[in-house]
Amino acid sequence: MSAGAPPRLWPRLGLALLVTLAVVPFLPKWAAFLVTLALAKGLVALGLLLLMRTGLVSFGQGLYYGIGAYAAGMGASALELGDAVPLVLLGATAAGLVALLLGLLLARYRTIFFAMLSLAFSMIFYGLLVKTSALGSTDGFNVAARSTFGLPTTSPVGRFGVYGLGALVVFVGAASLDRYLRSHLGRLAPAIRDNELRVEYMGASVRNVVHLHLVLAAVLAGAGGALTALAVGHVDPETTYWTTSGEFVFVAILSGTGSVAAPFVGALLLELLRSFAYEHAPNTWQLVVGASMLAVILFLPEGLWSVFRRRRRAA
Amino acid sequence: MGDLLAVTVDGVLYASWLFIIAAGLTLIYGVMRILNMAHGSLYALGAYAAASLAGAWLRGGHAPMGSYAMLAAAAILVGLVMGPLIERGLLRFCYGKDEVVLVLVTYALFLMLEDAVKLVWGVEAYFVAEPYGLLGSVELGPLSYPVYSGILVLAAVGVGVALLYAVTRTKHGKLLLAVIHDREMSAAMGIDVNRIYLVTFTAGTMLAAIGGALTAPTVSVLPGMGVEVIVLAFAVVVIGGLGSMPGAALGALIVGLVRSAAVHWLPQVELFSIYLVMALVLVFRPRGLFVAAEARKI
Repeated sequence: MSAGAPPRLWPRLGLALLVTLAVVPFLPKWAAFLVTLALAKGLVALGLLLLMRTGLVSFGQGLYYGIGAYAAGMGASALELGDAVPLVLLGATAAGLVALLLGLLLARYRTIFFAMLSLAFSMIFYGLLVKTSALGSTDGFNVAARSTFGLPTTSPVGRFGVYGLGALVVFVGAASLDRYLRSHLGRLAPAIRDNELRVEYMGASVRNVVHLHLVLAAVLAGAGGALTALAVGHVDPETTYWTTSGEFVFVAILSGTGSVAAPFVGALLLELLRSFAYEHAPNTWQLVVGASMLAVILFLPEGLWSVFRRRRRAA
Repeated sequence: MGDLLAVTVDGVLYASWLFIIAAGLTLIYGVMRILNMAHGSLYALGAYAAASLAGAWLRGGHAPMGSYAMLAAAAILVGLVMGPLIERGLLRFCYGKDEVVLVLVTYALFLMLEDAVKLVWGVEAYFVAEPYGLLGSVELGPLSYPVYSGILVLAAVGVGVALLYAVTRTKHGKLLLAVIHDREMSAAMGIDVNRIYLVTFTAGTMLAAIGGALTAPTVSVLPGMGVEVIVLAFAVVVIGGLGSMPGAALGALIVGLVRSAAVHWLPQVELFSIYLVMALVLVFRPRGLFVAAEARKI
């Protein structure tokens, strides 16, 4: 390990996984549900973190989130897969494949053109879903897994199946992404953000790296979508609408790109904020979100995570 | 044949509406390099203000024809209040930041304005249908169109001509072109860039509000009405090329015709036909139809 490199994260992530799994029997049902949603949405924001480190902001991650959700739903109904594990894998794979295809095109774009084109693709998918009556049009359809890891959802342990699976997927996703970001390829990401042309002079293919990162981000978003579908028990086209994508961007901005753990803290904060705001001030909820986003952009350009880091450095 | 006529007329009507909104968006981007995500909210504000003002005017028992003046007054009011408020109060602190960061800033602004509208006007729908029916309708072959739609087309043409004239024929337009070309150099030459930005943003806001005010009589004014408008206007300006006024006009025409063709012949693809066209255009012209490719800087 070189002198300046931060310590490896996976032992701490593993500890976080164990804590997350250990507290679940003591959580009320709504809190467990809320944490599951935060984990799932944090996965999408984790993908955005990778893209943002590469210098790209996608306003269309809802596309992969929605594909993951619908793939899991269709896997449960059409393919009659009863277990949650293959459903999440299916969602992640489907989203990854779509990104592999769209990436051929998207990898050529940067800045707002990348943002707008990814937004266009997610809106095309939204339009398709709304008009497909076989998939329930605007209403969507219900999704239910019968078991997780073979444990039936009716059993005492199986009740928390999706929660546990979510925690596990997040651990695997965050730990491998952290490892990846320290690898040779992963370190190209900030270099591409800073100066693409010089990266190409060094002999690396910027387009291939960007393409790879698009696929990785999509796989994470797909897994997040599938987990959400299983936790909520329902999918609808709203998952791919551009405001959903905007919410992921919000989480990513709020948490910052400093650490792979940051998106999950951000997502949990957002879910907590949302559930309280819905109860007490349903009409000012977006006002709070917008104002806090502005505050973060203007005063903490590296996200909430940078607060922790600054303090540590000062100490 | 009647079908083709209907598609064309519907397309042109839709394009006029789109152009008014997209012109504001592309003007702001062209001068300030800000892709304003809050543009749809300003459109909604225009619609709300128009519904309130025209509604109050009609309830007061004044001459119904005056409601048109109220629509215009609402748009001007929204532009003059919201434009300087947003530009002076928020955006000027963000100049020099990355374009993507500015998108995020205006996205945050969009979220706030959505709720601000709900706080001021509540969540109930507003109707002011009178101006729509007042002028009667006109027969066009086998079809009948309300004269009010003609106002929309006139307004779009008027906006286009006025912008063209202001930019190419007036002194302020020349200054504007200089600022677009090189902001720092213009400032060094003594052009008051801040003032140009303020005027540009106010004009762009007013255009969004005009779009909203003219739409108010034709729809029920509801919370969330700006959400879809933003992505539609984006599609238009991205097709035409960001910052290009002729591009916005052509983009609006393309989107308008594609949509009305889809509505008439293939209603199941209506929603995504527009984005499909946008994606296709970007495949072949990555920066839109009217913008030249830019050299990469090392």
